[in-house]
Amino acid sequence: MAFVSSGYNPDKPMENRITDIGPRKYDEFYPPVIKKNKGKWLYHEILEPGVLVHVAESGDEVYTVRVGGCRLMSVTHIREICEVADKYCDGHLRFTTRNNIEFMTDTKDKAMAMKDDLNSRKFPGGSYKFPVGGTGAGITNIVHTQGWIHCHTPATDASGTVKATLDVLFDDFKSHRMPAQLRISMACCLNMCGAVHCSDIAILGYHRKPPMLDHEYLDKMCEIPLAIAACPTAAIKPSKVKLDDGTEVKSVSVNEPRCMFCGNCYTMCPSMPLADDVGDGIVLMAGGKVSNRISAPKFSKVVVAFIPNEMPRWPTMTETIQRMVEAYAKDANKYERLGDWAERIGWERFFEKCELEFTHHLIDDFRDPAYFTWRQTSQFKF
Amino acid sequence: MAKHETPLLDQLESGPWPSFVDDLKQEAASRAKNEKNVEYQVPQDAVDDLLGVLELSFKHGRTHWKHGGIVGVFGYGGGVIGRYCDQPEMFPGVAHFHTMRVSQPAGKFYTTKYLEDICDLWERRGSGITNMHGSTGDIIFLGTTTPQLEEVFWELGHNLNQDLGGSGSNLRTPSDCVGQARCEFACFDTQAICHDLTVEYQDELHRPAFPYKFKFKFDGCPNCCVASIARSDLSFVGTWRDDIKIDQKAVAAYVGGEIAPNGGAHSDGNWGPFDIQKEIIDLCPTGCMKYEGGKLEINTPECTRCMHCINAMPRALRIGDDRGCSIFAGAKAPILDGAQMGSLIVPFIKVEEPYDEIKETVIEPIWDWWMEEGKNRERLGELMKRQGFQKLLEVTGFKPDARMVQEPRTNPYIFWKEEEVEGGFDRDINEFRKHHQR
Repeated sequence: MAFVSSGYNPDKPMENRITDIGPRKYDEFYPPVIKKNKGKWLYHEILEPGVLVHVAESGDEVYTVRVGGCRLMSVTHIREICEVADKYCDGHLRFTTRNNIEFMTDTKDKAMAMKDDLNSRKFPGGSYKFPVGGTGAGITNIVHTQGWIHCHTPATDASGTVKATLDVLFDDFKSHRMPAQLRISMACCLNMCGAVHCSDIAILGYHRKPPMLDHEYLDKMCEIPLAIAACPTAAIKPSKVKLDDGTEVKSVSVNEPRCMFCGNCYTMCPSMPLADDVGDGIVLMAGGKVSNRISAPKFSKVVVAFIPNEMPRWPTMTETIQRMVEAYAKDANKYERLGDWAERIGWERFFEKCELEFTHHLIDDFRDPAYFTWRQTSQFKF
Repeated sequence: MAKHETPLLDQLESGPWPSFVDDLKQEAASRAKNEKNVEYQVPQDAVDDLLGVLELSFKHGRTHWKHGGIVGVFGYGGGVIGRYCDQPEMFPGVAHFHTMRVSQPAGKFYTTKYLEDICDLWERRGSGITNMHGSTGDIIFLGTTTPQLEEVFWELGHNLNQDLGGSGSNLRTPSDCVGQARCEFACFDTQAICHDLTVEYQDELHRPAFPYKFKFKFDGCPNCCVASIARSDLSFVGTWRDDIKIDQKAVAAYVGGEIAPNGGAHSDGNWGPFDIQKEIIDLCPTGCMKYEGGKLEINTPECTRCMHCINAMPRALRIGDDRGCSIFAGAKAPILDGAQMGSLIVPFIKVEEPYDEIKETVIEPIWDWWMEEGKNRERLGELMKRQGFQKLLEVTGFKPDARMVQEPRTNPYIFWKEEEVEGGFDRDINEFRKHHQR
């Protein structure tokens, strides 16, 4: 493995340095039909789950075949995506904000041939490489975070929980039987890099134990003031600790009842790990949305306080999600999002219909907004 | 022959959804074989070790990654996230496994040529594992060593005309929806403004000068496909001010069942024939529509542009022509004070190149205020909460507008300013005492 220089000279880092050029310009990458008809699209139709046609004022049509993507993707897989795009789309494609891949072509025949080709490609373990679907009133791809593949504060895995969930919901990725679209998102700790807080259903990793303190090393490995400042609830303060051998060291103490388990201290100070095999697990939230359609955008609400991490397939979590999905599919009105349905029938009914237990953890007690979530009317259902 | 046994991960190869485990394994095998004689600049078995460390996490129920120290490329304070494995002896191939964020093109359109170039670079100088894409929108290169950071950056800039994205207390890489490129609902060119602002604010994107992260996202219409209103400190949502355009013939075709509602989105549901009264008129949140004598009417001044009727009958109804965007400030995920939705600060503004009005009257005054007053790790939304919406109006100079609130305040505790009260606060106690005994 000999070192191969790119041309960069470490002794003269500024020599021929190129900076601040930004991303490539979007229109370099447009397919010709997009470039020609941009801003002049008339309407679209979903011909079948995963296949769309957009019709322009010029009469031009663009057929899009949408497939689920893993987000975590190897270059080998990307090259196979490119092979498909070269074969059917003159070397063009795009990704959606929900990690789906869209292949665009100019005729229906090509789109249908491409669809069959995509659906025929499988991994050795039997899973689809490029499942066609993810449109309309169904369940599209789950957006997610890194999890155990690459993050230092996750309370669960992201790719694993998402794979397990989409395996059980797969039929709904490929069909349009839901009352409205159902968006599921996953974030592996409460910092929510995945911003799952406005999803119909959110899978959230959560720690439940405060950080452990590696007193012997803490002052050597961390800037104590940074660790203290990192705590959003001011639960950390400086302390002096006597080690077993009698030496006194500078360290910190944690006001444990004040800890909200975010792991920000661990980001600043590696001597404060908080991951734990039984402490960590899953929170489920429900009823959020970002669209302004009919009702205003709204936050997801916590509906299950804790489900243990059950590797490799998180069966309790996937069963609970399935129960919510089925109750919603059966009971909601056409066009009604999950949160709108829960509000119409009342949250007390939601817990009943989804067979979820209501526990004290689900009543908000975090700062001022909590008060506005308590029932302040005599209108409720028995 | 795999380097590590992965009995738990192997159970994620079955089932219909694409298996990331199978994909990682195919990459590990490809690197082991090296049929193209790639001169790997990071350990050839990096992906084997990635599978190994992930299996260990599945076994332990805990992550095995440490947060990295300060790594990056010269002159930038973002774009690279240091990452180290906490079992480097067991998994030397991923002992150093840093992330690089690569600024994605607006709209996420690609040519295969570009993607293949990216793949060649990352296969040689990194693990060959990516995220397409990260949560904020960047292309994520997952896993390389410290000496390769400058080399990757050099090749990106010199060979691919491509820069890194944002991380840390920087402007994060802005992102947008598909927009006018392929959507009839888009009220402005999301790609054009997303790219323009990304290029204009490269300094803010690469060099941390902010109290915390700052995100721009651009949604072409109120359907909000990139979730800007929930996820970005400044959210741009397309809207219009004039009439929704109605094609009465197409309305009749929907009513007659010739065209499936909502573009065919409900094709597998058992919903019965389309009922315009029940599905459109009665669901309109403002009740501004009626369908009488085979004619659809919309009372435009009462319409709040929720998109329902347009989504449901895209061939009959089109967005108006007087287009622009609404701007919302302060959205963020829950850390710390709970999640915040963006709050409306500009009800309507035209979105026209070179976007001077947006830059000079919205973005830059807000940044000046936030950089002056924001505490360390305080998002814009939290500063708005701490200092009040009025302060946002003050720094931008926007006039208060009833559209900016859900409802007026329910408490009368108004912090009157001295200059608002006739005669000011300076009074003479002796003059007062002439008429009021002690």
